[in-house]
Amino acid sequence: MANIYDLYKTMESNKVMLSFKGRVTSDLLMSVLQIMETKLVAEDESPKVRKKIYNVLVECLQNLYHHIDKEKEMTKSEIDEQSAIFMIAKDGNQYSIMTGNYMDSSDVTKLEDKLKLINSMDKDELKQYYKTVLADGQRSDKGTAGLGMIDIARKSGQKLEYHFLPIDTVSTFFSLNVKIA
Amino acid sequence: MDNFVLEGSAKTPSVDFNAEKGVLELRGRSIPENSIEFYKPLNEWIESYGKSPQPETTVDVRLEYFNTSSSKCILDLFKQLENLNGSGTNIKVNWYFEEDDEDMEEAGEDYQAIINLPFNMIEVEEI
Repeated sequence: MANIYDLYKTMESNKVMLSFKGRVTSDLLMSVLQIMETKLVAEDESPKVRKKIYNVLVECLQNLYHHIDKEKEMTKSEIDEQSAIFMIAKDGNQYSIMTGNYMDSSDVTKLEDKLKLINSMDKDELKQYYKTVLADGQRSDKGTAGLGMIDIARKSGQKLEYHFLPIDTVSTFFSLNVKIA
Repeated sequence: MDNFVLEGSAKTPSVDFNAEKGVLELRGRSIPENSIEFYKPLNEWIESYGKSPQPETTVDVRLEYFNTSSSKCILDLFKQLENLNGSGTNIKVNWYFEEDDEDMEEAGEDYQAIINLPFNMIEVEEI
């Protein structure tokens, strides 16, 4: 039972406002957004910061949501691999939105290249890149437009922190930390 | 033709497309996981409207926030209107954003840069 206290202390020292581990469903997404809206009002955040956080949170959670394969019948271990973690923390004036999820190792290079490119860009370059991808008109089979990470970086205004942890030959755990001040 | 009216929800904007007035309004937030599903009927309505439009058409976009999935659908909507512009109707877009909401102001400018329609950027106290 001491583990629970350890977990509590870790979250306390990391100033976690909200955390979740499990499958990110459409209903869960809505509940989390509602809870966070209430909390941000209670924190007396300016509408500007509130909107930024809300926006980034929507994109991060929908990334986790779209990551789940809803069509597929799954085994127990596959369901575990589809669960994700996210945390929202506040340290001083800085908010962090942290997410973690399993992904196919074969997709790592593509995502890593995109994140490197995004982090190499300044504000104006990001704006230009966003417009190019938006106007390009391509869509993935999940209906996503490839704009999520670019938008997150634009709204954050800070470099995206990320890490890829290889789990075995086929799967990798991807962690992302988005900061908003 | 029939007007197209939808009440807003926690994830989708309210829609008020009025064929007699030639005023098409989107208001609220647009963050559905599947935006294509939500926007498809809007595209279909605009297609019918385009067959006998009002001489002047005004598009009022009063969005608080939208997700990137919606941003693509909103672009498609503007592209559709861009094609209609000049053929029986003159279209203008009013893009509303709240005071200090630079992100929403910039989002409007992004569309303005891509789409060949007159955009008015209008700052308001509250959407």
